[in-house]
Amino acid sequence: MKYLKYLFLGLVFGVLLTKAQVISWYRIYEMFKFGSFHMYGVIGSAVVTGIIMLALVKRFKGKDMNGEVINVPPKDKGWKRYLFGGIVFGLGWALTGACPGPMYILIGNGLTVFIVVMLSAILGTFVYGILRDKLPH
Amino acid sequence: MIEMLRAPWPWYVVGPLIAVVMYLMIYSGKAFGISSTFRTMCSIGGGGKYADFFRFNWRGQVWNLVFVAGTFLGGVVSVLWLQSEEPMQLNEKVVQELEVMGINSPGKELAPGEIFAWDQLMSLEGILFMVLGGFLVGFGARYAGGCTSGHAISGLSNLQLPSLIAVIGFFIGGLVSTYFLIPYFLDL
Repeated sequence: MKYLKYLFLGLVFGVLLTKAQVISWYRIYEMFKFGSFHMYGVIGSAVVTGIIMLALVKRFKGKDMNGEVINVPPKDKGWKRYLFGGIVFGLGWALTGACPGPMYILIGNGLTVFIVVMLSAILGTFVYGILRDKLPH
Repeated sequence: MIEMLRAPWPWYVVGPLIAVVMYLMIYSGKAFGISSTFRTMCSIGGGGKYADFFRFNWRGQVWNLVFVAGTFLGGVVSVLWLQSEEPMQLNEKVVQELEVMGINSPGKELAPGEIFAWDQLMSLEGILFMVLGGFLVGFGARYAGGCTSGHAISGLSNLQLPSLIAVIGFFIGGLVSTYFLIPYFLDL
């Protein structure tokens, strides 16, 4: 039962991304061609809203549902893994037209072939785990 | 009401609501990050035998697996009850350009049927877009320590410089694919 809220939040997230067409290959292609404001609007307004909410949480020491003060952990310092990893991710994002969230949502929308895309992404994750110590971070 | 819900939802409604979902995940004591579920699946599948990276107690990640199961259900709900009859309103120039590259009726489906179909898995094009593309997403997300949800949404919301670097990386990679790889692959 304690997991039910995550199922519900996920469902809402899936509907949101579908209805904003964020899960469409065409929208991603159009974004990288600077052909429409749409995707920038979705991501930009999400980030602006998120910045405001997290700033308020910090300012007023907001607590989570367990009564603990909310503390979003900072990312590890450095730049290599973020830049190199980010570029690899971006190459794949434009080819598949789907980042990880949309892969799940597309399968739900009936584009079952994205099961293959996701299995390949899981394989990519596995290969990263194997090569991790040899890569610059 | 249902008609309104079926029409495409504008960015200024969806964007802020995505941030609300992120906030509620944080409020529940968890984090907002989807690509880490791929790592969890590697761990469940016995990946710990091959790399320490997959040796962790995956039971502590079940909440996130439930979340992504929910996103899948969100897709099902959308296609069953909230589907719009209208094709996507894409940029005209982009549409023409795609048609020249051999993609028919862009925006009619969520993804080009010429590429993203089961029978394309035997073609070079299908393998490049689906298998290679998926591999790069999974590898890159873990290398960068997050994907669009973890870096672009929650990382930037938390004013993290590493996330900004990652998002710049996403864009460099995306532009290279869009301007060089996609036209080349579609021409093969």
